[in-house]
Amino acid sequence: MTFEEIKNYIAEHYPSLSDLDFDKSASDKALEVTADKLIDLMSVLYADSALKMDNLILISAVDDFNGEKIIIEDGSTVMKGGTLSVYYHLESLSLRHKFNVVVRVPRESPDVPSVTFIWGGANFNEREGYDMIGINFVNHPNLTRILMPYDWEAGYPLRKDYKNPEFYQGMKVPY
Amino acid sequence: MGLLDQKFENENIVITNLEDLLNWSRLSSLWQVGFGLACCAIEMMATSASHYDFDRFGVIPRPSPRQSDIIIISGTVTLKMATRVKRLYEQIPDPKYVISMGSCANCGGPYWEHGYHVLKGVDRIIPVDVYVPGCPPRPEALLEGLLKLQEKIRNESLVRNAS
Repeated sequence: MTFEEIKNYIAEHYPSLSDLDFDKSASDKALEVTADKLIDLMSVLYADSALKMDNLILISAVDDFNGEKIIIEDGSTVMKGGTLSVYYHLESLSLRHKFNVVVRVPRESPDVPSVTFIWGGANFNEREGYDMIGINFVNHPNLTRILMPYDWEAGYPLRKDYKNPEFYQGMKVPY
Repeated sequence: MGLLDQKFENENIVITNLEDLLNWSRLSSLWQVGFGLACCAIEMMATSASHYDFDRFGVIPRPSPRQSDIIIISGTVTLKMATRVKRLYEQIPDPKYVISMGSCANCGGPYWEHGYHVLKGVDRIIPVDVYVPGCPPRPEALLEGLLKLQEKIRNESLVRNAS
């Protein structure tokens, strides 16, 4: 099925998910969903016999950087408000079609329910999203840093207003 | 070089001094820690393999730092790895030597500006004897670095500081 066919199929068979629209800004279309409806939608995509999204290719977290830019004393920019996004790339190996889902959450409270209980492979992807962007995946079995050191306290490196610390464990970090 | 330029008094007897003998024996069996970090480690493995044959200089990878004399820092030292590298170095018994291999280990390499996770040069945590430039260095360059290290060991002395 194509993206539109899947979207129409969901709207037709699941009335509670019928008001979802796709994100027009992305080059690859993605169905936009709120965090509280994410698990409903993902369960449908996984379990429905006409959809059968048995493979979660990738979860990628993105800093949209669309809030209010505040310039602080030292000349650097700090972002206030706006959103962070999480993109889910799904695929059905048996039915040979793909589908994308995006969920947007506020920067100040980026809570997204974990999908590890549906796709076990989401585990490390979500840990990376937490480590790099700071998405809080609720109900994740082990939401700890995966790439950075476990005791890294300087924040989330791929946020656009991230600032690297001067020292880590006595080692100078800048060049 | 070695003991061949020393005086031959009799058949099968070479007269030399203790310092030269100790230095010669040490520089001829530099066992390295079997340890690689990134793409430089591939070149290091190629150097160990039959074509370039690190073994002819007495360089054998050892599975434990406690049996080793040198450590080749072959690749990007991330901040997370830096504490482990330091521990490995501390476990090597004295006298010990460090070869920093490649741009990343020398100074951070391509990560010098935006590498939030990279230690900008392994000499910030452990002392380095020889820097081998390159990205990654060819096996010939690593061999040259090892010869430089051997030269350094050959000039060491028990009673005066090596310069």
